[in-house]
Amino acid sequence: MLQMLIGTNIPFMRYRRIAYVFSGALIVATAVWLAVHGGPRYGVDFTGGTLLQVRVSRELPADDVRHAIDAAGFHGAELQQMTGQSRNEYLVRLKQGDGQDPYERIAAAVKTRFPDVTVERRRTETVGPRIGNELRQKAVWAVLGSLAGILLYVGIRYEFKFALGAVVALFHDVFITLGMLCFTGREVSLTVVAALLTIAGYSINDTIVVFDRIRERSRALRKETHSRAMDIAVNETLSRTMITSLTVMLTALALFIWGGEVLRDFSFAMLVGVGFGTYSSVYVASALALDIWIAIDRRKGIKAE
Amino acid sequence: MTRTDQWKLLGVLLATALSVWYLFPSWQFYQLPAAQRSGPGSAPGMSQLRKKAIHLGLDLQGGMHLVLEVDRSRMTAGAAKDAVDRAMEVLRSRIDQFGVAEPLIQREGEDRIVIQLPGLTERERALELIGKTALLEFKLVRTSDEAKNVFDRLDAFLAARGGAAGLDTALRRTPLSAHFLSLSSSAFIRQEDLPVARRLLATPGVDSIVPGDSQLQWGDANQTMQGVTGQELYVLKREPEMTGGSIATADAQIGLKSTNPGAWGVSMKLTATGRADFARVTGNNVNRQLAIVLDGTVQSAPVINERIPSGDASITGNFTAESARDLAIVLRAGALPAPVHIIEERSVGPSLGSDSIKDGVRAGIIGAALVVVFMLVYYQLSGVIAIVAMVLNIFYLLACMAGLGSTLTLPGLAGIVLTIGMAVDANVLIFERIREELRNQRSVRQSVELGYNRAFRTILDAHVTTIISALFLFQFGTGPIKGFAITLVVGLIANMFTAVLFTRMIFDFMLGRGKVERLSI
Repeated sequence: MLQMLIGTNIPFMRYRRIAYVFSGALIVATAVWLAVHGGPRYGVDFTGGTLLQVRVSRELPADDVRHAIDAAGFHGAELQQMTGQSRNEYLVRLKQGDGQDPYERIAAAVKTRFPDVTVERRRTETVGPRIGNELRQKAVWAVLGSLAGILLYVGIRYEFKFALGAVVALFHDVFITLGMLCFTGREVSLTVVAALLTIAGYSINDTIVVFDRIRERSRALRKETHSRAMDIAVNETLSRTMITSLTVMLTALALFIWGGEVLRDFSFAMLVGVGFGTYSSVYVASALALDIWIAIDRRKGIKAE
Repeated sequence: MTRTDQWKLLGVLLATALSVWYLFPSWQFYQLPAAQRSGPGSAPGMSQLRKKAIHLGLDLQGGMHLVLEVDRSRMTAGAAKDAVDRAMEVLRSRIDQFGVAEPLIQREGEDRIVIQLPGLTERERALELIGKTALLEFKLVRTSDEAKNVFDRLDAFLAARGGAAGLDTALRRTPLSAHFLSLSSSAFIRQEDLPVARRLLATPGVDSIVPGDSQLQWGDANQTMQGVTGQELYVLKREPEMTGGSIATADAQIGLKSTNPGAWGVSMKLTATGRADFARVTGNNVNRQLAIVLDGTVQSAPVINERIPSGDASITGNFTAESARDLAIVLRAGALPAPVHIIEERSVGPSLGSDSIKDGVRAGIIGAALVVVFMLVYYQLSGVIAIVAMVLNIFYLLACMAGLGSTLTLPGLAGIVLTIGMAVDANVLIFERIREELRNQRSVRQSVELGYNRAFRTILDAHVTTIISALFLFQFGTGPIKGFAITLVVGLIANMFTAVLFTRMIFDFMLGRGKVERLSI
């Protein structure tokens, strides 16, 4: 029988302050980034505008394509060359246009510069400013709503201290994933929001495993200190926490590497989110639940540590 | 085998049989060559088969997703009330005649219409066809004298305003008509002078100078006169003599114009009442010009030579065979009750769609392979059971999607790939629990029993939280995202069945009645 992480006895809770500093630093970094940039880099889904994906018959230097687009009169356009096998494809993002389709002019400009190439329109997404606004509002409500829904469910199923720890951990995972997207220059599109919500629903799973263990063993652990009880629960469930995350990470990794350009930001968010979800079930959810637990008992006059 | 086991077995067999039943049409359909699949339901069984097969989202099969907004700002409350419904009716008829397999036309909210055209490759034509209001009006053209009168008054008004101060006397005294290359009942303006003329006509107050029963209207762009390119400006009687509502049929036709017999145009037959009106209008206005105005542009303004009792009318102008055909379609379908604006468009070319499928499937296979290898190495024979359950899970998921008629989108495909990783999670929790009980010196049978019972609650809670966020996702999302939310929810529900009930049944069979010493886990 192949085993890993069985019978471990790692004093996780002893180092929780270090983890608080680490998580806090990431959260602050994300918040600062968002404050400085006035929010994440939204995709056309949320800002309104036009996204074109064009394929050229051979790879052209991005700078040359940028000049061609400039020559076509689209000075505010953002150009991104795709990677991997799609290096001859480009994403062009335009702010709110005049309702005119920019593709023909861009294709013509590219062909004037490089007469030997052919240009193909692969994708067009045009979103009006009002729709963009609506979608942005809906996205925020969906994220907040699902956090509230999960808080409610976990609150019904578990004691308050656990529920609070779990939801703070959730918020932590979603927020830091958002930060990682920002730091790596990725855009927040509809699909990325879908990934964030999925992370919210999924990353709590490991936390539930740990909390279930505490509840199940509460009688046996009663004689232990709170932090010792938490450590035992985390250690006893460590293998399954890691393995369940591993299997999902494997598929998210496959999506990230082989799933194509359109899904790359989505799978990046999933990878980061599941990774932080695993970490946070130990170091945010459990650790916070522990501190709340200690605080509550102190107030009741029970010696907890 | 106990009675419960028999029921479980029956349940699994039934679910599998049902899945095969629901998935068989998809298998049949996607076996066919692509050209046959995307044909507009020519073969009798084809449209049936297409309905039963798993629908691919526009991001996977290519196509166009549009959100239109019906602009009711200039309508009376009464007319505005059913304007969106009437617009949908008209659009449906246009799209049907255009020939798209399985279009979707759906109302959204107060004044929006969602249109989905799967597999569509002619993007520009579709936009033209859908966006056109197609308001056809027959209006009398003012005589040359009347037109001259209007332009003189405009010149005087604009000159007084000093709209075009300059050295040129003509420009100063007649700012507008100085740009006219010729003037009879319409004025011809050179291409290079158009911006100036348009700016002059946009001067505030111009509207009050033009008599109330008349209006200025531009002709078709890019006309030539004496070898010069430009555009005509007409003075028309404001009140139309007739509208497109009296058209019975319209067809693209060649040779409608004697001066250019090779040119395409649209010939129309009028309805009985339209015919009578047309006869009256033409009879009363012999030798005058009747302008055919489409969406505020004068298409042509032929001279009425005699009373026309036949009810035949035609539109000529700069048409290709295709644009004449499309105009005939919109005229037959009728005008939209109000203009529509395209406020969202998502078009995916067919090549990108099939690439996305290829990439998604490849990622799925590799992801599944990684998970399979891990499960086999780590859990051995029990791993095999978990893998069979995972395969069944995906199988049931696809069958549910086919049965529910929901759409598989690219994010949905990603959802299936993730489901592969999540599907084995429940088994990991159970197996780890069984191992733990085995380490605690319990018997194999007891360990399995406890493993399942104790892991169940955890699995349930974990699934419920994911389903909660998927429901919010469904609520929020547009098409592709909804597809993702559906795969996630259905996958997790199927997972309770395959990962818990099905694997438990297999363990029960394996352990049988005899004493089992070792479990490969």
